This record gives sequence, C-alpha cells and structure tokens, in this order.
Amino acid sequence: MIHREPPPTLLTVEGLNAWYGAAHILFDVGFEVKRGEVVALMGRNGAGKSTTFKALMGLLERRKGTVKLMGQDISGRSPSQIARMGLGFVPEDRRIFTDLTIAENLEVGRQAARRWPDDSPAPEWTPQKLYDLFPNLKEMGPDRLGGRMSGGEQQMLTVSRTLMGNPYLVLLDEPSEGVAPVIVEQMAHMILALKSQGVSILLSEQNVHFAELVSDRAYVLEKGQIRFSGTMAELAANEEVRRSYLTV
Amino acid sequence: MSSFLVQLLNGLAGASSLFLVAAGLSLIFGVTRIVNFAHGSLYMLGVYIAYSMSERLAGGVGFWFSLVFSAVAVGFIGALIEMVLLRRIYKAPELFQLLATFALVLVIKDGVLWIWGAEDLLGRRAPGLEGSVEILGRNFPTYDLFLIVIGPVVLALVWLLLTRTRWGTLVRAATQDREMLSALGVHQSWLITGVFALGAMLAGLGGALQLPREPANLGMDMLSIGDAFVVVVVGGMGSIPGAFVAALIIAEIKAICIWLGDVNFGPFSISFSKLTLVVEFLVMAVVLVVRPWGLFGRPQGTPRHSGAPEAPLRPAGKSLRWFAVALVAGMAVLPLLQGQFPYALVLSVDLLIAALFAASLHFIMGPGGMHSFGHAAYFGLGAYGAALLMKAAGLPMEASLILAPVVAGLGAVVFGWFSVRLSGVYLAMLTLAFGQIAWSIAFQWDDFTGGSNGMIGIWPSGWANNRTAYFYLTLVLVVVGLFALRRMLFSPFGYAMRAGRDSVLRADAIGIDVKRVQWLAFVIAGVFAGAAGALFVYSKGSISPEVLSVTKSVDGLVMVLLGGVQTLAGPIVGAVTFTWLQDTVARSTDYWRALLGGIILFLVLVFPQGLAGFIHDLVVKLKPNREAAR
Repeated sequence: MIHREPPPTLLTVEGLNAWYGAAHILFDVGFEVKRGEVVALMGRNGAGKSTTFKALMGLLERRKGTVKLMGQDISGRSPSQIARMGLGFVPEDRRIFTDLTIAENLEVGRQAARRWPDDSPAPEWTPQKLYDLFPNLKEMGPDRLGGRMSGGEQQMLTVSRTLMGNPYLVLLDEPSEGVAPVIVEQMAHMILALKSQGVSILLSEQNVHFAELVSDRAYVLEKGQIRFSGTMAELAANEEVRRSYLTV
Repeated sequence: MSSFLVQLLNGLAGASSLFLVAAGLSLIFGVTRIVNFAHGSLYMLGVYIAYSMSERLAGGVGFWFSLVFSAVAVGFIGALIEMVLLRRIYKAPELFQLLATFALVLVIKDGVLWIWGAEDLLGRRAPGLEGSVEILGRNFPTYDLFLIVIGPVVLALVWLLLTRTRWGTLVRAATQDREMLSALGVHQSWLITGVFALGAMLAGLGGALQLPREPANLGMDMLSIGDAFVVVVVGGMGSIPGAFVAALIIAEIKAICIWLGDVNFGPFSISFSKLTLVVEFLVMAVVLVVRPWGLFGRPQGTPRHSGAPEAPLRPAGKSLRWFAVALVAGMAVLPLLQGQFPYALVLSVDLLIAALFAASLHFIMGPGGMHSFGHAAYFGLGAYGAALLMKAAGLPMEASLILAPVVAGLGAVVFGWFSVRLSGVYLAMLTLAFGQIAWSIAFQWDDFTGGSNGMIGIWPSGWANNRTAYFYLTLVLVVVGLFALRRMLFSPFGYAMRAGRDSVLRADAIGIDVKRVQWLAFVIAGVFAGAAGALFVYSKGSISPEVLSVTKSVDGLVMVLLGGVQTLAGPIVGAVTFTWLQDTVARSTDYWRALLGGIILFLVLVFPQGLAGFIHDLVVKLKPNREAAR
C-alpha cells in the first residue's frame, strides 16, 4: 500500500453493481475521487456513466456494493439522505423545475453550510455568488420561469441549484451534452472556476477534448466495467484505450 | 330578473364550499398523483364533527370555534390516513391507489353511521349571521354572503402559502419532479403528509361551513366527491386557481338550471331543474374532449416511473384447460344438489353474471390498458335495454336477450369514441362521467325508465322461468361469453390491442390504428357487459337505477383488481370471491361496507398482484423446487 498524504479521499466506490429492472448494467465498478480533484468518468453512449451516477445517488432501486463519502457508508441510503450528507447531483437532462422561477429553483436546492472534518469551512454558495459565477442568470433576473430558458441557461441553473446544497462533491452528468459549442466552452470555464474555489467534481463525459481541458484523472467505462484508470496524460498517451472505448 | 340575480348569488355561495373541497383534492393529486376518492368522506366528516362540537359548545364563539376545530381535526385524520395507509402504496399501480381510497370511503361511511347514526342531523345557524339582507327586493341569507367571501379569501391564503413560503416552493417542486427533489436533499415524507393534511383540512372546512345550510347526512360523501372530481378535472388537475374558476362555472350553471325550471320548446318540455344532477358531468365531458387537461391545467408528461412492463399473456396450458372443463362440468350438475342447498343456484347465477361483467371490464382494463370507471353504464344499458324491449316493445325474452347487448354496444360506440381520445386518470374520469350521465337519465326519466322506482315484472319466457332452466341458460351464455372474450385476446385483434397498451407510438409505427382498436375493444366490452346486464334483469325480475350507479362500476373494478389485472383467470376468480364475500358479509353484519372496505385494504396491502396473480406467483415459485428435487 502506498500512502499518499493529503489530499484525502472524498468518495470511494467498490464493487458497485446496478440493475434496471432485470437488466444488469454495472459490474463491480470501483473508483475514487480525492478532495479538490476533477475526475472524468468516460465512455460511449450506453457504457453506464449515467447509471453509475444514479446508483451513487441512491436513485436505482436495485444496487449492490460499497459507496463511501468521506468515510461514511452511503450505499443503502435514500437519495435525500445522500444529498444531505453532501453529495450533489446534476442530472444529464437538467430537470429544472420549469414552473418555478430561477430564485425558487435555487431555494429548493438550499442546504446549510458544511465544514470539512478538520473544521475548516467547505465551499459555501449563495444566490449572489452564483449570479456572479453565471452572469447570464443574473441578466435574466430571479423571477424568470425555469421553463422560459434556453438549454444552456438551464444547464447553468441546474448546476447552480445543486451548488446551493454546498456539496463536498458534485456529480456532473454530461455537462457538454446537447448545448451549443459556445456554452460548452463556458461549461469548461465554469468547472475550472469551481475547482479553483475548492469544489470537487466527478463528471461523466464522452468528449475526450472536453475532459482533457478540465480533468485531473479519468476512468474509462465500457459495458458497465472500468477498463482504464489513470491521469489525463496517461489517457492521452494510450492510443489503444482511446480507440477501443472512446472514439466512435 | 331579480330572481335570476339572486339565483346567481346562490350559485356563488355554493361555489365556495365546492372550491374548498376541490382545492384540497387538486392539491393532493398534484403532489401524490393519487386521486383521493375518500376526499368526499373527509368533507362529510367535517360536517359531522362541526355538528357535534357546536352542539356541545354554546354561544357564538363556540360555534365558530367548532368550525375551525372541525377543519383541524379532519386535517389530522387526513395526515393519519397518509401515514398509515397511502405511504405504503405510492409505488403501487394507480388503480390500487384508487381502490384503497375507495375502501376508505366505505370504512369512513360506516364509521360515521356507527358514531352519529343514520338520521339526518340539522345543525345550528351561524350566530350573528342568522338573518337575511334585502337584495333587489328579495331576502338573501346573510350567511350565504359570508360564504361568498370565504372562497376567494381561502384561495388567496392558499396561493400565498404556495408562492411565498419555502414549504410552498417545495410543494410546487414536488408536483413537478419528486425524484429530483429528493436528489436535492429534500425529505419528502413530511412534505407529503403536510400536503395531505392541508387538503383534508380544506375538505373539512368546506364541510363544516356547510353545516348551517344543510343537515349532515350519510349521502354527502359520494355527492361531494362527484362534484369535486368534476371541478378538479374541469379546472385542471393540480391547479388551485383552476379549481376556483371551475367551481364558479359549475355552481353557476347549476344555479341557472334551477332558475330555468321547466321550459317548453314547442311540444317538448325540458325540466332544467332536473338536469342539475347531470349537467356538471356534461360540462366535464365537453371539457375533457376539447381540452383534456382542463381549463388551467397543462398536458401531463409521461410519468418517469412507468413501472415494470406487463408480462405477455400465455394461452391456457393443459392443466388449466382441464380445470376449466371440470369446473363447468361441476357447475352443470349443481341443480342435482338443489335439495340440500336451495340457495346454491341463486347464488351461482349471481356469480356467473358477475364473472361475465368482470371479464368484460377486464378486457379493456388489462389487455386494453384503459381504466374504465363507468363500466356499469353498459351493464345498465343491457339491463334497461332488455327490460324496455320487453315492457315497451313487447319483445319476448329470447329476442331481448339478443338485442340488449346490441343496445349496450351502441352506447359503447358513442361513449368509446370520446373515451379513447384520452388516457390514464382522465380516461377514468370521463368514463365515470358517462356512467353518471346514464345513471341520471335512468333515475330521472320517470315516464320511460320508471325513474328511481325502476321497473318490475320482467320475467323469463315460460320454458326458462324456473330456477334450474334459467341457471342452465345463464351457464351456457356466460361460458360462451367468457370463452369468446378469451379467444379474442389471442387473435390478431388481441395482439394489436396489447401492442397499443404497451406502446402507442410503436404500435402506430407498425401500422396499427391504435385509437380504432381501442374503440372496437370498448364496444366489445360494452356488448358483453350488456349481455351480463340482460341476464341479470331476468334473474331478478326487476330493475332499478342501482345497476347503473358508481357503486356498481366500482364493484366491477374491485372484482378485476381482486383477481389481478394482468391474469386472464383474474376477473373470474375476483368476481366469484367478491360476490360471495358481499353475499356473506352483507348478511352477517350491519356494517358490511366497513368490513368490505377492510377486506379491500387488506388485499391491496397484502396481495398487490391480485388473487390469481398471487396463486400464479406461488406456483412459479414452487416449480423450480420440484424440478430440483428430481
């Protein structure tokens, strides 16, 4: 065992299996995310990225394996308990409350501030800070209905809504999916900005270039199994993995 | 003219109570997606509790305190219902939830009967508001003016609660996407309990406020839930302002009907005041067809959790076929035992008719995927058809037994055409509306249908006019009917119907005209239900509007659900169990409804896949063990 002193591990996943009804989707998936890291979970459509996130959040009925958030076992808990323990989830399809205003969407996500185990404050978010991070949201004003926003604007709102829960770690599902190239660029800036503020992120991604822009490390998922893990540089150097599991 | 205006004011006063009940129902539906049948019962409890309290507490303060106390108490009861019962069945199929809340209706009704008795109880008049004010030269009760004000005040309060508090924001978020809400860290069980309590409280308040206007009575639950359903559907499920506007519209239309009274159009005379029972359902039917999601509602997205896909149906195996043959043979020798069990034949005819009725409902519900809440309409059309063909047209039994199902089928052609345009809860509500329309016509058209008294002396032809012969006639027709229904499910038409149930889009894409198939299924189900109704009428010799009532429709639903929606033997098992239970339970206690409700609740909680489904699962579970033992 090699002991690397800080950063400590935020999320440890071991032997994670998950099913949709009778269909077995994830097979003994294991990985970890450390404090301050941005980690990419990569793979093609249908590789099991979103399923992994849903299983971590407790959103799948049938799941097995160990998931630890800062040493505490969260694998058997309900979604709301998991979210309350500091795991934030940004779903791929955004799932904005379209009948609620921007301010109300943020209010729904609000949780109390957290502290790290060493008693230093964890990143704490307010609507004001989020409006500064996303000037577009500010421009629209707090009373704009969630349903009256473009896809990219909704993407910013859904990230902000999750950040209002002051999570230790954010699960970001396909941030570059289905938004305009200019928004993709903004998303990359946003992730880097969040990282600089001490937010740890696990993101799922198909786009290698995007992942290389923002991530420290990557895991590659194929047919529900982890096929590769390493730094972004290692992934860039490994033509074999990229060709087999990532390029279309 | 002044009488017209006063009648409009009357309508406004009626709208307030209606709005309170409907708003609660709508709120509960919005968050839990449960259509709470028991909401009318909560309203009734509100009236009774307010009555008891105001009788005990004297004076003006006592009276008003009683109203508030009653609302809070009913809210508390609502919370209790949510925590003890509904929380366990949120993930069950929609139909089970409806059934469970209907069982609550039965339990609460008998509970009220037990505590307060069967007599109507006339409440006190509101202290300080006993008098009347003069409006346009007519006296108008002061209390009604107070009621007119209450509606908008409550609307404003609920609106503020929903839009200006964190709790309200969370409730509105829960209405849209409960899973996402939980992934954001919101514990929802208390939120939902709170919504249920608030909805129940509004119903209780609506009831309590009604106390000075009409005596507390045991019929209030079904009447108010019917009205509230209509208001919620017309206004748009989950919309509070919609409920308010719809309550105004319905109440005013009723008021106008009363004001119009009897109107002569040349030789025809229409009694508008009698239309009050049916007019709201007409409004609802029109709204559902033109704007299915209601005036203020929005089209519902497909639910995120559509549940496990239905398992494919399998043709009967050898053992099941032999069992069916043995069963029929066993029934055929039943008349030989008439000496020992004189009642057996009478009960058997009832069981057979119930089985055909339930199987016809199952045909559109299970394989068709259309939840009909007004299936009694076709049973009743068949029954009234047979009776009228005999009484009015002078046809013999044989001819009317053949023609009565056609009458029911024609009814299904019309109702089905509208119904297949909708799906889910809305379809259920529209079929309920049609059922109510058919019922009110039979109930109020005295000259033709005999009105509430119905008709008597409808006996079989001479050869069939004894127990044994009529039993054999019923046995043959029911067995043929059941076999035909079953056969159709394994024909190309049956495949098309099931394809349409499982995915409208994909069925459409391979060239199936889903609406047409569903329409035809509706008609087929109507024909067989009509045959059951015709057999029923000749077995009893009389008919009353009871055969068209909501209760009869719900009986059918209970039978199908009892047996299991997705098993072919289900409706038969369910019909036999239910009819037999009803027969025994009803004769052994004064509180048969509560007992029946209790049994339904027990079954819903313990056998959510139905009796036949439970037996099937048991057999499947045991089989591999047997093979392993070899």
